[in-house]
Amino acid sequence: MSSPHAFPEIDDHGLLRFLTCGSVDDGKSTLIGRLLHDTRAILADTLETLAATSRRRGLDGVDLSLLTDGLAAEREQGITIDVAYRYFTTGTRKYIIADAPGHEQYTRNMVTAASNADLAIILIDARRGVQTQTRRHAYLAHLLGIPNLVVAVNKMDLVDHDAEVFARIRRDFLDFAAWLGIEGACFVPISALHGDNVVERGPHLDWYRGPTLVELLECAPSAQGTRPDVFRCPVQYVCRPRDSADPALHDYRGYMGRVESGAIAVGDAVMALPSGRTSRVRDIQIGGVGQPEAGPEQSVTLLLEDALDISRGDLLVRPDQAPAPRRELEAHLCWLAERPLSASRHYLLRHTTREVRARVAAIEHRIDLNALTHQPATELGMNDIARLRLRLAQPIHPDPYASNRATGAFVLIDESTNDTVGAGMIL
Amino acid sequence: MTTLTPSRTRTLSHLDWLEADAIHILREVVGQCANPVLLFSGGKDSICLLRLAEKAFRPAPLPFPLLHIDTGHNYPEVLAFRDERAAELGARLIVRSVEDSIARGSVVLRDPGESRNRHQSVTLLETIEAFGFDACIGGARRDEEKARAKERIMSLRDAFGQWDPKQQRPELWSLYNARTHPGENIRAFPISDWTELDVWQYIRRERLALPSIYFAHYRPVVRVGSRLRPVTPLTPAREEERIETLRVRFRTVGDITCTAPVASEADTLEAIIAETAAATQSERGATRFDDHTSESSMEERKKAGYF
Ligand SMILES: Nc1nc2c(ncn2[C@@H]2O[C@H](COP(=O)(O)OP(=O)(O)OP(=O)(O)O)[C@@H](O)[C@H]2O)c(=O)[nH]1
Ligand SMILES: [Mg+2]
Repeated sequence: MSSPHAFPEIDDHGLLRFLTCGSVDDGKSTLIGRLLHDTRAILADTLETLAATSRRRGLDGVDLSLLTDGLAAEREQGITIDVAYRYFTTGTRKYIIADAPGHEQYTRNMVTAASNADLAIILIDARRGVQTQTRRHAYLAHLLGIPNLVVAVNKMDLVDHDAEVFARIRRDFLDFAAWLGIEGACFVPISALHGDNVVERGPHLDWYRGPTLVELLECAPSAQGTRPDVFRCPVQYVCRPRDSADPALHDYRGYMGRVESGAIAVGDAVMALPSGRTSRVRDIQIGGVGQPEAGPEQSVTLLLEDALDISRGDLLVRPDQAPAPRRELEAHLCWLAERPLSASRHYLLRHTTREVRARVAAIEHRIDLNALTHQPATELGMNDIARLRLRLAQPIHPDPYASNRATGAFVLIDESTNDTVGAGMIL
Repeated sequence: MTTLTPSRTRTLSHLDWLEADAIHILREVVGQCANPVLLFSGGKDSICLLRLAEKAFRPAPLPFPLLHIDTGHNYPEVLAFRDERAAELGARLIVRSVEDSIARGSVVLRDPGESRNRHQSVTLLETIEAFGFDACIGGARRDEEKARAKERIMSLRDAFGQWDPKQQRPELWSLYNARTHPGENIRAFPISDWTELDVWQYIRRERLALPSIYFAHYRPVVRVGSRLRPVTPLTPAREEERIETLRVRFRTVGDITCTAPVASEADTLEAIIAETAAATQSERGATRFDDHTSESSMEERKKAGYF
């Protein structure tokens, strides 16, 4: 190790989280391997290990998908089972990639990866075109509110880099996207295996004049840029250092939480929900240091002028922007558990930091992702997606998921197993 | 009412984002778990973790004790650093050693020279049980190893400490589920999404003190393949090995028997950051003797209760 280059400056565009999805074997894991390889995020020793493993498996080149398929079972079967996270930087931005599995039976893991993504790359095998699983993942990406969609038509090398194939797949995708209400996807023809249009342009796809995949990533707006302006701060923990040696802290009461959206400044009026009591912000601390204001995604401690009774699970908002209390929810739900959803059971519903008991009032319909139709249903099995109504034991103060992912999402927990069994998006 | 510019014009720098995210996770652990503990070894990742915990809960003292599982084979300067740092923070530091598990008979070494690294899991489990901890906060990062890249931020372990990679709880949005049944525990990883470079950049930004062995120093070593093995009373040179005194630093600090230094001239944080950015060897690849036994040695160890 020697001779320093310039410091990697990666602060300009902050951070972008994206996932790769699409049908089985469309090349998601290979694409991530390619991205990491061509941005020099794979180090020499890791590459050597990959090369040795590939040789042992009788492959000609280096199988870049081995990089993210980190579980023994995945390497045995040559498929992705659970999400893998990987990191790279381009010099201007840090990227967190989630490699999602393509297999239908692992859809719940894809949903996990999609919930935090700012952008989804949907891969399509150029030979096979739009598949059921392509539609399914595009729909899920849309349902989970991922603001940017990039459709990468992969394996262009196997269709002679034919512009017509790319154009046809693009038309097919747009037809079905319109049906779903998806607007504004970007399309790029690539070869993940050989690297064309991923980071380097390559010589084979010169008819394509648009941006490469990495160029698309570099200019995509991050989640911060797409959050709404209303102030929302769920309380995670109340800091009361009464026993501290410092008597000045005896009356200290700090409300700790993350600003999920909007901004707040010292002096602003705030309301605590569900109580509806109001006060003003006396101080904002970030990392223990006073600040005049705070914005989205910052973890803060708020001190108020009055001693309100606030605890974990409460929501801090501006008095003129308070969301209405709701004891009935209309929502889309992805069922994640082996044991089916039962209308006769209670589940624990977690919304922000608040937990309430919930039960299903009615399943309105199940969404058949293959036929793209709505089906009547009385039960939901693993990976099913439905629109339903829930009744809650206590009210929560949600926003519609479409306008605020953080305050419009919930999970259902089965209290007998403690498992997370459902992922919900409030309508 | 404020006249703040709307959110779309603000972007947190990547370090600010990572810090805020880690603080959010730490506060979730404390908000959800009755009896958490933070694993603090004196290594760079846990030094960052400790700083994040400080920033998360200021001005209150840390709402959990610190725990170190000592293999008995740690560098004395790292242990001294560990103790100083804990004392400085007024934190309660619990130290348990693999030696005690050996004395109790719960750890049996194949031979006295065997690395005690993987046996930490046993001592950790015994400690979790004795104190009734329901969550252990650790500084593992997903970029370290391919099995770690798969693990949830709040990862459930059963009563035997085992990780089941095929039955991980779905972890959506930031709605972490840290619920446990008696006997089970959560391993929480607030710096999951940090890379080695992020850690070094954060250490520089926060001006964090580090044990001296992270900086370039002269040390007797022998070459073992592409790696360097430090020559210590625990790891003496074999007869056929040639001892050289090289300028080295540690990229990761752990059990003496399985952590190797790298040749380096970097004696400042700036130089270390520059080297890290230009590194051609991965952190564990360059420095660990325990990850290379098979393609899935980390996965196997995690399934058996390892961090
Ligand atoms: N010729 C060619 N083959 C490719 C390309 N991209 C991927 N492949 C091959 O397609 C196969 C499947 O690739 P993977 O990356 O494992 O596919 P995946 O989408 O991650 O699969 P799952 O995660 O299991 O759904 C492998 O044999 C790859 O080498 C490409 O651009 N051209
Ligand atoms: Mg894959």
